[in-house]
Amino acid sequence: MATTIARQIPPTVGRRLAAWLHRRPAVRAAGLLAGPVGWLVVVYVGSLLILFLNAFWSRDAFSGATIYEPTLRNFAELLDDPYPGITARTVLMAALVTVTCAALALPVAYYMARVASPRIRNALVVAVIVPLWASYLIKVYSWRLILAEQGILNWALAPLGLRGPGFGDVAVWLVFTYLWLPYMILPVYAGLSRIPDSLFEASADLGARPWMTIRRIVLPLAMPAIVAGSIFTFSLTLGDYIAPATVSTTIFIGNAIFSNFGAGNFPLAAALSLVPLVIVLLYLLVARRLGAFEAL
Amino acid sequence: MRSRPLISLGATLALLVAACGGGTSGTPAPSLPTSLGPGEGALTVLAWPGYAEDGSTDPAVDWITPFEQETGCQVTVQVFGTSDEAFTLFQTNPEQFDVISASGDASLRLVAGGFVQPINVDLVPSYKEIFDSLKDRDWNTVDGVHYGIPHGRGANQIMWRTDIVDPAPTSWQAMFDPNSPYAGKFSVYDAPIYIADAAVVLMKTRPDLGIKNPYALDETQFAAAVDLLKKQKPAVGEYWVDYTKQIDSFTNGNTVIGTTWQVIANVLQASGVPVETRKPEEGATGWSDTWMVNSKTKHLNCAYRFLNHITSAEVNIQIAEYFGEAPANRNSCALAQNPDHCAIFHAEEDDFWKDVWYWTTPTERCLDGRTDVKCKGFDEWVKAWTEIRSG
Amino acid sequence: MTARLVRIGLRLATAAILAFIYLPIGLIFVYAFNAGTTPSWPPVGFTLAWFGEALRNTGLQQAFATSVAAALLATAIALVLGTLAAIAVARYRFFGREAVSFVVIFPIALPGIVTGMALSTTFAQTGIPLGFFTIVVGHATFCIVLVYNNALARLRRTSRSLEEASADLGADSWTTFRRVTLPAMRSAILAGGLLAFALSFDEVIVTIFTAGGVKTLPIWIFQSFRLANQVPLVNVAGVVAILLSVLPVYLASRITADTGEITGARG
Repeated sequence: MATTIARQIPPTVGRRLAAWLHRRPAVRAAGLLAGPVGWLVVVYVGSLLILFLNAFWSRDAFSGATIYEPTLRNFAELLDDPYPGITARTVLMAALVTVTCAALALPVAYYMARVASPRIRNALVVAVIVPLWASYLIKVYSWRLILAEQGILNWALAPLGLRGPGFGDVAVWLVFTYLWLPYMILPVYAGLSRIPDSLFEASADLGARPWMTIRRIVLPLAMPAIVAGSIFTFSLTLGDYIAPATVSTTIFIGNAIFSNFGAGNFPLAAALSLVPLVIVLLYLLVARRLGAFEAL
Repeated sequence: MRSRPLISLGATLALLVAACGGGTSGTPAPSLPTSLGPGEGALTVLAWPGYAEDGSTDPAVDWITPFEQETGCQVTVQVFGTSDEAFTLFQTNPEQFDVISASGDASLRLVAGGFVQPINVDLVPSYKEIFDSLKDRDWNTVDGVHYGIPHGRGANQIMWRTDIVDPAPTSWQAMFDPNSPYAGKFSVYDAPIYIADAAVVLMKTRPDLGIKNPYALDETQFAAAVDLLKKQKPAVGEYWVDYTKQIDSFTNGNTVIGTTWQVIANVLQASGVPVETRKPEEGATGWSDTWMVNSKTKHLNCAYRFLNHITSAEVNIQIAEYFGEAPANRNSCALAQNPDHCAIFHAEEDDFWKDVWYWTTPTERCLDGRTDVKCKGFDEWVKAWTEIRSG
Repeated sequence: MTARLVRIGLRLATAAILAFIYLPIGLIFVYAFNAGTTPSWPPVGFTLAWFGEALRNTGLQQAFATSVAAALLATAIALVLGTLAAIAVARYRFFGREAVSFVVIFPIALPGIVTGMALSTTFAQTGIPLGFFTIVVGHATFCIVLVYNNALARLRRTSRSLEEASADLGADSWTTFRRVTLPAMRSAILAGGLLAFALSFDEVIVTIFTAGGVKTLPIWIFQSFRLANQVPLVNVAGVVAILLSVLPVYLASRITADTGEITGARG
């Protein structure tokens, strides 16, 4: 219908342009990409470059004024105590949180994707997403109240003669796992939903026990999705400075960056922020190898 | 494939940064205004929480709305948690904030960086009513030039749960003893400037170090203070910046003894948590705040009017009572709702403040006048604090 | 038999993990109605007073409105840019196609503190004053990926033959986009947009660096923790945000479920 009408009216400038475009896919692709890539390169990559440049300046210790003479002093400082230790602790925590999230997400995602009825599945999807809307800050604060000395956890455990972990590294691990878990569940659920039923049937027909099916079919096929989810759990842990400050007395790389930024030492803060930047970059390169980008 | 455009982009940006960067330091101070014109209709205030209340926290606590009605200057308030945060906000948004309540550890940095402008105190009538002991001090006056109007002062005190801590602590050492029965439940202010609190303790316990001013620490003195804090770390239950954090950790038993501000103790007492505060025998660190005006402000008339309003007797006492500190305005004590307020906070007793070391930015040039040694500058303090906290 | 056991095990695990997810949220609800000002456990009594106070608190309401406005704008930008990028990557072959995915994902994979610092440093050094505009720019940047990923996943699964048929019938690129490509992507884009909105609405760290004096809801909450006596109001704000989110999330999951898509894959 539309096309017949289109044929009858004389071609307008717009139509001629469209026809011209139709013959030139490269121009069309460029036109589509100009906005998003332009935005990301100018706003984002440009900002990162400026941040990177700042890492080469130093600053007047008293007035805080930046001294625009390139120096590598800030980079040298990265290798100085306490930064290597902080970096190691942060990466370890991020890895631990990621593994825990994956371990918790798998059964839930599997249940949602392969066991639950469509109604339950829908309800579960909503149930997993809604907490993302609850303020991050309030959730972290809520954990303070749970883990506090006279908080709800110790109150519930007291009759059993037990005590909660209190504030500290365990609390940080728990809170991070809690905060980022939905970011792992959702892609893993999506990934598991995409596995064709026939694979499971074939596996069962061939006499595989459930754990065998899980190990040979589910895990390998879920892997890209787990890696996709891990991009969030890992990198969100890597840079967070609010949760550790709220439930522990130790600090992570985000805190070190923030306190230097807070004290006005931008050059050092910029150099420090290159640490998570490089780690995430490497992580993404590996993740892409593992097919995570398709599973995001 | 995208490396080449990136390099040229980087080069362009570098030029841009260099070009823009020149302006941040050494801005020539504008000449002092001699009279005030009409208000500009707007004012943005950067303040400690509790200093510029507009009724949005508690409708009953509001001294900004009367100012807006009187002057037509619509006020926007942003609060900060540490002096460092305030300084950073000011530095990264050089034109955003018209006035700031700066403690001594921010004010001099603001002056040195050219971020704030000299004030013609004759245009601020309340200045005449300010206690003389707060005028012409290092942190508000440089080479005889006034950079702001004193706001008030307070001491970082020790607070403890009276139902748990016995006997009541009289010394800061109660918070530095890793063998204390309350180890693990210390509550410590989370900022590099807290190193000075350790130095205050060392002034008493280690006279051999010869510390004269807790913000002027040479290599050895600084190392001793940092060492003390590293030993304290395992016994710390919580480092706090937010009021909420300290309030609920004292409520929930995570901490029972710590360094605090009176305003927090007031809230705890009001909600039935048995706490007491005191200035320990060693003396204490503290703050003396100054209202300052941005050197790039476009609302100078509103800013001057605000300075006068906020330091006037009626308003100054409201803030002092709400926040829990000593007012700066001599005439304000008579207007206090609690007639004992000025006595409780020692507003009129110069003696009380003799061993209160107001927050000051540590510099390499020793603040105590020594010239034979180099002191640790603030960047070193920040680094040491990161190290202490990461231990 | 084992399959049955596995099933029961999965059900129990799911229930336990959901309990883990909802325990802190339940606590927010409890304290929003708690009569005491300081959060002691157990709660001391029931009150609706904090909701009344929230209604009177102009700072809270303004922050809420600012957050909604910023999230809407950021989402709108992300919708346009994310969809365009997804179409380009799904339907065209060009040099550096892989790199596009990388650049799009980068803002969300990089820790917020790095993004925030990079943006604030850049804004400061190029003389752009921080405020509502810079919040939107920051949020849009990391929201693009959410729309992009959902749209791309959909495009990869919808066959190209419909678009080819449209072209064969004489429709130009624009008509094909409007009549064929876009309708096929609609629910995926909606799901992405909803996630983008949620993420922007709750973002703290990048916002801290780019807000200047403007207060979004998370900034208001953050600053309220600085003050005494504000915590019950913070809990009220949290409860309201959760309740308001249930309906759109549910609707989106219904729309997308019908077409075999999931709302989920954030990113």
